Amino acid sequence: MRTEGAVRSARSLPLRVRGKVAIVPLYVPLAVAGFFFILPFIWMVTGAFKTPSQIVAFPPTWLPRPFTMTNFDQAWTSVPIVRYAINSAIIALGSTLGMLMSCSLTGYGFARFHAPGRNVWFVVVLATLMIPYYVTIIPQYVLFQKLGWLNTYLPLIVPSFFGVGGGLYIFLMRQFFLSLPRELDEAAVIDGASAFGTFWRIALPLARPALIVVALFQFVAGWNDFFAPLVYLTNSSLYTLPVGTAIFEGAHTGYIGPLMAMSTVTVLPVLIVFLCAQRFFVQGIATTGLTGGAG
Amino acid sequence: MGSSAIRSEVRDVGSSQATRWRRGRREWTRFYLFISPWLIGLIVFTGGPLLFSLYAGFTRWNGVGVPSWVGLQNFDEMVTIDPDFFPTIGRTLYYAAASVVLGVVLALGLALMVNVRLPGRTLFRTIFYVPTVVTGIPVFIVWAWMFSGNNGIINYLLGFLHIPGPPWLASDTWAMPALIVVSLTSTGGAMVIFLAGLQGIPRELYEAATVDGARRLRRIWHVTVPMLSPIILLNAVLSMIFAMQAFAQPYVMTNQGGPDKATYIFGLYIYQYAFEYLNFGYASALSWVLLLIILILTLLLFLVARGRVYYAGEVRR
Repeated sequence: MRTEGAVRSARSLPLRVRGKVAIVPLYVPLAVAGFFFILPFIWMVTGAFKTPSQIVAFPPTWLPRPFTMTNFDQAWTSVPIVRYAINSAIIALGSTLGMLMSCSLTGYGFARFHAPGRNVWFVVVLATLMIPYYVTIIPQYVLFQKLGWLNTYLPLIVPSFFGVGGGLYIFLMRQFFLSLPRELDEAAVIDGASAFGTFWRIALPLARPALIVVALFQFVAGWNDFFAPLVYLTNSSLYTLPVGTAIFEGAHTGYIGPLMAMSTVTVLPVLIVFLCAQRFFVQGIATTGLTGGAG
Repeated sequence: MGSSAIRSEVRDVGSSQATRWRRGRREWTRFYLFISPWLIGLIVFTGGPLLFSLYAGFTRWNGVGVPSWVGLQNFDEMVTIDPDFFPTIGRTLYYAAASVVLGVVLALGLALMVNVRLPGRTLFRTIFYVPTVVTGIPVFIVWAWMFSGNNGIINYLLGFLHIPGPPWLASDTWAMPALIVVSLTSTGGAMVIFLAGLQGIPRELYEAATVDGARRLRRIWHVTVPMLSPIILLNAVLSMIFAMQAFAQPYVMTNQGGPDKATYIFGLYIYQYAFEYLNFGYASALSWVLLLIILILTLLLFLVARGRVYYAGEVRR
């Protein structure tokens, strides 16, 4: 196959021609960069198990010696870390469910139905990606205040049921539905299924790979988010893990050990999700330019 | 897509004008029904607030009462009275320019390296990509500790190279470079986009260049970079929009923009006016300034790229 050949050839750049020796110098910059990229994680996790005296010691040492759990105890007793984790999970999962529903419906609409104005609306979908969050958050804040939603999870979950901030997810779902053969839908329509029935029973199950990508990215985005929870949740029992960690950091200077313990707990779910589903993350980025992360 | 359009065209030939019209109308009702959740969100949570904040920018407003119209007063204050306005724009541009340029170059370099077939490259791809996903407050807090002037690991490592490390986050010269270094570790997303682009470059081009006697660096410069130019532009625009809105990093790493406002960038500026001083009118005006700056920078990037970006299949005149 032509395309497969092209892929294979591009992967093995002509570098290989000159033999293995040419490759070795590449490992030096790769190793330096790689070390620099994972150093924060190594430092975080080892720091979580170090004693206060080892933490401030100079020169710094790598392995925790002695190995201690007191940082976790201290973090546990000074902040309601389980409560924060539950808050984070509710927001991340709630907003994921919302994005899955709204963005798959919208993406299907854009992929399947012709209508006047469709292309204009699609340009609007992409244009919303350029709008800084700061421009809309003030009126949104006042709106949620009027609704009595401040210090509830609602401002962080409800907008995702309306695809707010999901421009790239809509784009991804649309591309995926476009790649599905139309005949499948048409057959369902001939069998008497409604448009929604076709979407729900035929298209959506087939779109599972795209739905997984949307779910993973939104879960991570919801979990890592800092700005919106900081603005909307000022009651300390509603803090998410990132907000709780930041507030803890601001309140206790010098408590590096417990901070590293809290940071490790915060990072762990995302790290596990990432390692289990790396393939989907890479696919999602390569097709849409989604980059995840927190602002 | 193309073939199915033709097929439905063929089928439609037999149907009368009236049924086609009816089918078309049914179809557009469906279109609007399916996108209605997004459309409602657009009006209620995006478009409406966007216009309202534009209006609020011309008012004095604390979010509770009714906004009172003050005309251009907020904008006038920014440029005449507020000592933070121009320096904050300068700092934000400094941060964004450095993290976009260095980030795109780094992402391209990493992509080129892990694109070479060598043992362990999958592991390196994972390592370069992890900090893009696993990021946020906890990671920034670790970096703040790593950059500590007295007992930080960064200065310890620099010591091996006989470089006396600066006090980083405690210094108003070095705090911003430290934030920029941290931002570079989230360049893995751009790397993956480049990697996808590299798969699309036909091998024949490299072979032709090799036959012409081009060495590796020349091949990268004359084949890879032009072929990837649309992706370079895409990555530059995406990371610029992202960098202009940075917030969490200086919030936790430099205690909201310190030392001495050296890392006080636009996100913090808007946040403080809105949610600490409750000056919603002024903050709305600032947010529109940020939006306009981002629009102008996007246009500039496209203008600079025009004529330099190569699109496959395009006919050059």
